Amino acid sequence: MQSILSVGIDIGTSTTQVIFSRLSMENTAGYFTVPHISIISKDVIYKSDIYITPLKTRTLIDADAVGKIVEAEYSKAGFSPRDVNTGAVIITGESARKENSEEVLSRLSGFAGEFVVSTAGPDLEAIVAGKGSGAASYSDENGVTVVNLDIGGGTSNIVLFDSGESKDRGCVDIGGRLIKLREDMTVTYISESAQKIAKSVNVNIEVGSKTDEREIRKICDRMAELLYELVSGNGSQLLEDIKTPGSTDFKPTKKVRAVCFSGGVADLISENESDSFKYGDIGVILGRAIRDGKLYSEYRVIKANETIRATVVGAGTYTTSVSGSTIDYTEGLFPLKNIPVLRFTESEQKNCFNGDIKAVAERIKWFLSQSDSENAVIAMRGEQNPSYMAVKKLADTLSDAADSVLKDGLPVIVVLECDMAKILGSLMKERLLDKRPVISIDSVKVDHNDFVDMGKPLMDGMVIPVVVKTLIFG
Amino acid sequence: MIDNELLEKIIQQVIAEMDGKVSVKDAEDAVKSVISSDSDPDADEPLEDLRSKESKAVPLLKDPADYDALMRMKTKTSARIGVGRAGGRLNTKTLLTLRADHAAARDAVFTDVDENLLNSLNLFSVQTQCTDKNNFLTRPDLGKKLSEEAVETIKSKCAMNPDVEIYASDGLSSTAIAANIANILPAVTDGLKSRGITVGTPFFLKYGRVAAEDEISELLHAKVVCVFIGERPGLATAESMSAYIAYEARVGMPEARRTVVSNIHSGGISAVEAGAYIAELIEKILKAQKSGVELVN
Repeated sequence: MQSILSVGIDIGTSTTQVIFSRLSMENTAGYFTVPHISIISKDVIYKSDIYITPLKTRTLIDADAVGKIVEAEYSKAGFSPRDVNTGAVIITGESARKENSEEVLSRLSGFAGEFVVSTAGPDLEAIVAGKGSGAASYSDENGVTVVNLDIGGGTSNIVLFDSGESKDRGCVDIGGRLIKLREDMTVTYISESAQKIAKSVNVNIEVGSKTDEREIRKICDRMAELLYELVSGNGSQLLEDIKTPGSTDFKPTKKVRAVCFSGGVADLISENESDSFKYGDIGVILGRAIRDGKLYSEYRVIKANETIRATVVGAGTYTTSVSGSTIDYTEGLFPLKNIPVLRFTESEQKNCFNGDIKAVAERIKWFLSQSDSENAVIAMRGEQNPSYMAVKKLADTLSDAADSVLKDGLPVIVVLECDMAKILGSLMKERLLDKRPVISIDSVKVDHNDFVDMGKPLMDGMVIPVVVKTLIFG
Repeated sequence: MIDNELLEKIIQQVIAEMDGKVSVKDAEDAVKSVISSDSDPDADEPLEDLRSKESKAVPLLKDPADYDALMRMKTKTSARIGVGRAGGRLNTKTLLTLRADHAAARDAVFTDVDENLLNSLNLFSVQTQCTDKNNFLTRPDLGKKLSEEAVETIKSKCAMNPDVEIYASDGLSSTAIAANIANILPAVTDGLKSRGITVGTPFFLKYGRVAAEDEISELLHAKVVCVFIGERPGLATAESMSAYIAYEARVGMPEARRTVVSNIHSGGISAVEAGAYIAELIEKILKAQKSGVELVN
């Protein structure tokens, strides 16, 4: 058994958190067969306090202050950046604006260890939160469809898992801090989306004037109803209007069997908080409205393992996976970061198997120029039980094509779904000899335009830790 | 199908027997409609292959509570789940599939590996002391010993003192060898050669048990011996092959000294991928100068 240390750093609209977790891996195959290394346990070993995200202005993060928080948490946890093998910094919600993310990431780059990814985007956040909350593993273990709703301060991220696999995701502007109030019920802030929702239920509310609990409840009831519309897939026009910019339109492709709540508001759904405006916002009332609403009466609600920490736990624990255990690579190349994925379609894969070097080379060349990158991960499905001659032809084609378009010395990187990377890699090495290095791994599913990070080989070099990102910046 | 001439004859005969109470045309139409409704519209289609993946993927269970969940479970096992039942018994299709799988398993044991395949791979053939299939199945001890003729042939045709001697043997499934050997042999051999490891002359051993590799290893003074041998077939697959690899194998050595890579077939690890893995494994065994349990500990 071998274990690696993973860090999760979540910088959200309202809160900033850090966790450390230990991922243990082991050969789970029997003694008499080809090894199969899997991650057998994921233990969160340190959870930071929950900090209010330090801001310079309403939308601009104080990167220095964030850096100090993270620094302090590392020393509290007793780790130095050198100890960390993998992990993710995730910047979410409003905070994910470009000027913020660039600054924050450059401030954090020193702490994040050598193999930490930075990532963001509402869709990805939904998946990460759904994994952190335990909705994904519940769906996997019970073979059911589960929706995870991560209801935070500014947004609600939604994801549908079917047998543990994320199928649909999206994000709407519904959250506990869309309206902020003073103790005397004077409104100090109302978001654009909250204003739209208020209008739809004929509530007049504006910054500077007073409101009351009855009116806030009306707005929150409408919010709860909108979340129900979202889960059930029958959305009104208003639901479209409050979709978070840059997120996917959530449309459940399968019947939802259970619902799981995470995020800060989740605790306010399950706990009976008597102080209606404890946090100077609408979180408590929104929690009540959801508990009394149709989401609760019409769906089975499962308990989340993590609520407010779901995203950070997901980021620190579930972003890393391991490759297949029969792979091949040239030593000394890792870690590799942010390599864009060129995913071959079935017909392009056929070109590879047919030995059409010219077509393959042109495709790679075009992709490199489009993505403004030096190298690419060449990804394809592969074949389940190919013949030796077929793999040999594939290896020759990929080697020759990549060799003709890549800069000298760069490795040819291939990622397959089917278990055939070891034979492909060894034949590519034979073809290329010392001309350039080769990385060939399998059992990893990547989509076109994803980005891939690969860590140093683990378990006697049998596997490579892999992080697949749907979006990067910085 | 009944041809028209015969049909006419039958109809006329029936009408005659009915004392002409029915018109010829009515009778003809009646018979034709019976025949056309009776005839199978798919008669020209080939019969369904009950053993195919596609056929087995269809659950026979009527109205499952959660169809998707059943389909997911089916992807995780080759066991016959979701087959439903007719009263207390299996459905006819389930029973027929079971029997077809059993027949394939029996065939795997009782057929011989095709000579043409062996020739195409340049594998010459030798035999253990077993005289035929029955003898092979009832006398495991003889399947571990080479015939005198085999010893002579191997001595005269094989290179001596190789780093690795690789050969194939039918074992309990000739089908497994037919399905995998052409892809695994070059994968392992090329993999070893590119590592600078010398590979001996490959051949095929008929009526062989695993332990025959010990005598072969001694005979050729091979550092490592590796046999690809057909595994006892089951009802899930008849094509499963294993590699048994040993460092300095000697007759009578403990079984624990063998390193095994099992489950090589299209539904397990593919022959080519297993080949690449085995090449690396043999390199490791040569370096460590041990195999089996000793290699792991």
